[in-house]
Amino acid sequence: MTMLGDRQQLAYIASQAADARVNVELETEGMTLNIGPQHPATHGTLRIIARLDGEQVVWAEPSAGYMHRGYEKLTEVRTFPQVTALVNRIDWLGSFANEVPFILAAEKLMGVEAPSRAQHIRTILFELSRIANVSLFLGDLGVQLGAITPVFFAFRDREYVLNLIEGATGGRFHPNFDRIGGLKDDLPAGFIDETRIVMKKLRTFCDQIEDLLFGNEIFQSRTRGIGVIPKDVALSYGLSGANLRASGVDWDLRRDQDIPMAWNKTDFKVITHPDGDSFARCWVRLQEVRESTKIVDQLLDTIPAGPVMAKVPKIIKVPEGEAWVSTENPLGEMGYYVVSQGDQGPFRVKIRSASFNNISIVPWLLKGVYVPDIITILASLYFILGDIDR
Amino acid sequence: MNAVLFASDLPYWLQSIFRVLGGLVAVLLPAGTVVYLFLFKMLSFMQSRLGPMEAGPYGSMQLFAEVGKWLQKEDIVPANAQPEARIFKMAPLIVLASTFLLVVVVPFGPDALFTDFETGIFYALAVSSISVLGILIAGWASANKYSLLGGLRAAGQLVAYELPMVLAVIGVVIQAGTMNLQQIVVAQNTGSMFGWDGIGNPYVLTQFVAFIIFMISVQAELSQTPFDMPIAESELVSGYMTEYSGFRFLIFFIGEFATAGVFAMIASILFLGGWGVPFAWFGWTTIDSVDNWMNFAGPLILFAKMMALVFFIMWIRFSSPRLREDQLQRFAWKVLIPISLVNIMLTAVLKVAF
Amino acid sequence: MAKPKVPGMFKGLGVTFATLLATAKNGADTVQYPHEKETPPIRARGVIALHEDNCTSCMLCARSCPDWCIYIEGHKELAPPRRAGGAPRKVNKLDRFDIDYALCMYCGICVEVCPFDALFWSPEYEYSEPRIADLLHDKAKLGEWMQTVPEAPELEAGAEKKGKK
Repeated sequence: MTMLGDRQQLAYIASQAADARVNVELETEGMTLNIGPQHPATHGTLRIIARLDGEQVVWAEPSAGYMHRGYEKLTEVRTFPQVTALVNRIDWLGSFANEVPFILAAEKLMGVEAPSRAQHIRTILFELSRIANVSLFLGDLGVQLGAITPVFFAFRDREYVLNLIEGATGGRFHPNFDRIGGLKDDLPAGFIDETRIVMKKLRTFCDQIEDLLFGNEIFQSRTRGIGVIPKDVALSYGLSGANLRASGVDWDLRRDQDIPMAWNKTDFKVITHPDGDSFARCWVRLQEVRESTKIVDQLLDTIPAGPVMAKVPKIIKVPEGEAWVSTENPLGEMGYYVVSQGDQGPFRVKIRSASFNNISIVPWLLKGVYVPDIITILASLYFILGDIDR
Repeated sequence: MNAVLFASDLPYWLQSIFRVLGGLVAVLLPAGTVVYLFLFKMLSFMQSRLGPMEAGPYGSMQLFAEVGKWLQKEDIVPANAQPEARIFKMAPLIVLASTFLLVVVVPFGPDALFTDFETGIFYALAVSSISVLGILIAGWASANKYSLLGGLRAAGQLVAYELPMVLAVIGVVIQAGTMNLQQIVVAQNTGSMFGWDGIGNPYVLTQFVAFIIFMISVQAELSQTPFDMPIAESELVSGYMTEYSGFRFLIFFIGEFATAGVFAMIASILFLGGWGVPFAWFGWTTIDSVDNWMNFAGPLILFAKMMALVFFIMWIRFSSPRLREDQLQRFAWKVLIPISLVNIMLTAVLKVAF
Repeated sequence: MAKPKVPGMFKGLGVTFATLLATAKNGADTVQYPHEKETPPIRARGVIALHEDNCTSCMLCARSCPDWCIYIEGHKELAPPRRAGGAPRKVNKLDRFDIDYALCMYCGICVEVCPFDALFWSPEYEYSEPRIADLLHDKAKLGEWMQTVPEAPELEAGAEKKGKK
């Protein structure tokens, strides 16, 4: 218990006390409630087994794996270009961001580096997919809390971003645009101007969401002080991304590591929040969308001329070796540990996806909360089923 | 003319038929309009889309298409609800019945009314709570944990908000000096404020606090969004309606919006002057001197006022998230009830003082 | 704690009402699909078109497809010689070229690996079928899509050279 703020300390004690109370006071027979696999709040097929007393949760446990697709095994029988098409589907809302760490790991093994124009475009598309992903979260958050309008705003404005991604890559959801050594193609004409307009629209969207949802007293009373994750607990459960930053940990892989991407050429703030509750997590994400639009704007100004593809052989054989690359994806840290034995395809790939670690804190977090707060907490943790089950 | 139109001289069976038809129109027409105008169109426009456009001009026939769809669906009874299937099937009807009972006391014009109860508002508040029974039965008989939670939440919520509603109405009753809805309308339209009778004396001005409390309670009674935890799609799937399908779900659906319409009518009668226009405009002094055409204009005026109120109910519904169960209870017991008690006291004191 | 103070909620009401007015004035952000259609971007991966004359049935696309949804059969044939008196040429004749769109995941690897420019992306998207078996497009149908293949788009300023396709 080092470096805990007073607020967090109190919340931690309260949660421990709730634990003890639950064990001692309640003699009544509880009710087991299956939330999921088919439930509107689980974004797919996550199952949460909760034992309730009245509307209070005594014990809860997530049960993942209903949508396991075996990506780690599939990659063993695919070539490197084919794997890129597959890993698109892990976090399906921010799919371009899934390709990048894998390609970076393969490039690291081969000892090639993408030209700087390719790095810039990669970073732009990465941030666009972050915006698309998190803006949908902001709308979905409203639906989870009973407000139906924000989600339509989110779908409306995400569509502009998806149109940009489709215009550049050809795929709305599954771009498959990264190649080892660079990108498949250069940007189409008009992309830069259009992106500037869309970024302005997205900032308006953020303002709208802030007025409609974050400023609303009902929203605040539903999220403030709910699902508090203290700093040390967040670290010990291996949370990453906005969930960790909302607990006051200043940790962002975009800034903290040296990888061949263009983030270090831009100037952006890493948003943190001291509270660690649901509101903080949502608020951090909202601010991050704003920061992302600023990053994209800066990159559009400084995009260098040149080729988008380094010199690589047509049939790609990755030399023997092991490499680990992780990036700050929309949901948190996503990394690939690639083991190659000199073939056209990887020998083994370990995928570290953010959501799987993020929901591992759910049993700790759900003790003693009410049924409506389960939904708030799950929504604010923000997971994507493909990212949990892979 | 009154006699022919409102059937007081006709044989009893013919009167009954007229009243049944009138009741159906009075419940279903506002419900349909509310659904089309607000749920389909206003909601869509607030979300920058157009809503249904295919069925009929601007999708105006969409509701009939939906009803047709629901009527075709299978009437499913869950296996665990089979032993008490009758109760399960009965629940939606109870909910709808309370709406029909409610509309009985609503006056639509000087002579256009179903019954002239001396204790009309008392009766209205009493029968409106019958729907709690239906919801509780629906939640319990579904043999579904989500439905059970939804039903229990609904019971707690409806009971909690009945109280501020009654207390808010008491202010109006004190000021009007009657519980008869017709006479409350007359009292507002013949009244004057500081000797000026240009707009009568609508109680929304003198009883503003009661009006706000009443509208909040209506929002809660109808389970509209800040208070929609009994339904709560994202938590309880659909609460007590989860297991219903086909026309039984349709009945719940009609019940929800018809009740919204009827409650808005009652609110406009209590606070906005109901079917009347200020009597001074046309030189009327009592209800007997009101011209006959008000029997046709009255329903339209009431309808317009009702729509204005439903607009606010729906607007709030579409723009805010929902409260939590305990927050809702706290709000009712710690905020609304004390305020409405103070309001009653002030009203009584002022009534005596003037 | 749960007391709704006025300002925050009113702001939200303002946002929805402003959107209502904007929609009434400027029209909706949606399009009424069967009546009006959005044009997909040039690069959109809608459907794969086959230029049959270029295909040598080399099987590269079928082998590189991640979910093996391309079926190719071919045979060798003797064609008349180019010059009079020359030896007859051996050409690969395509018997069957099917893409099963029920399996295809639109990754575009086949289009990319094709060394003879026989496959192209077309942004066409309206080819859903009531029967899943009808999603197997044969050589003739894939050839028809060739008419819808657009020119490659202009590139953004600073790009080094024209893209291949």
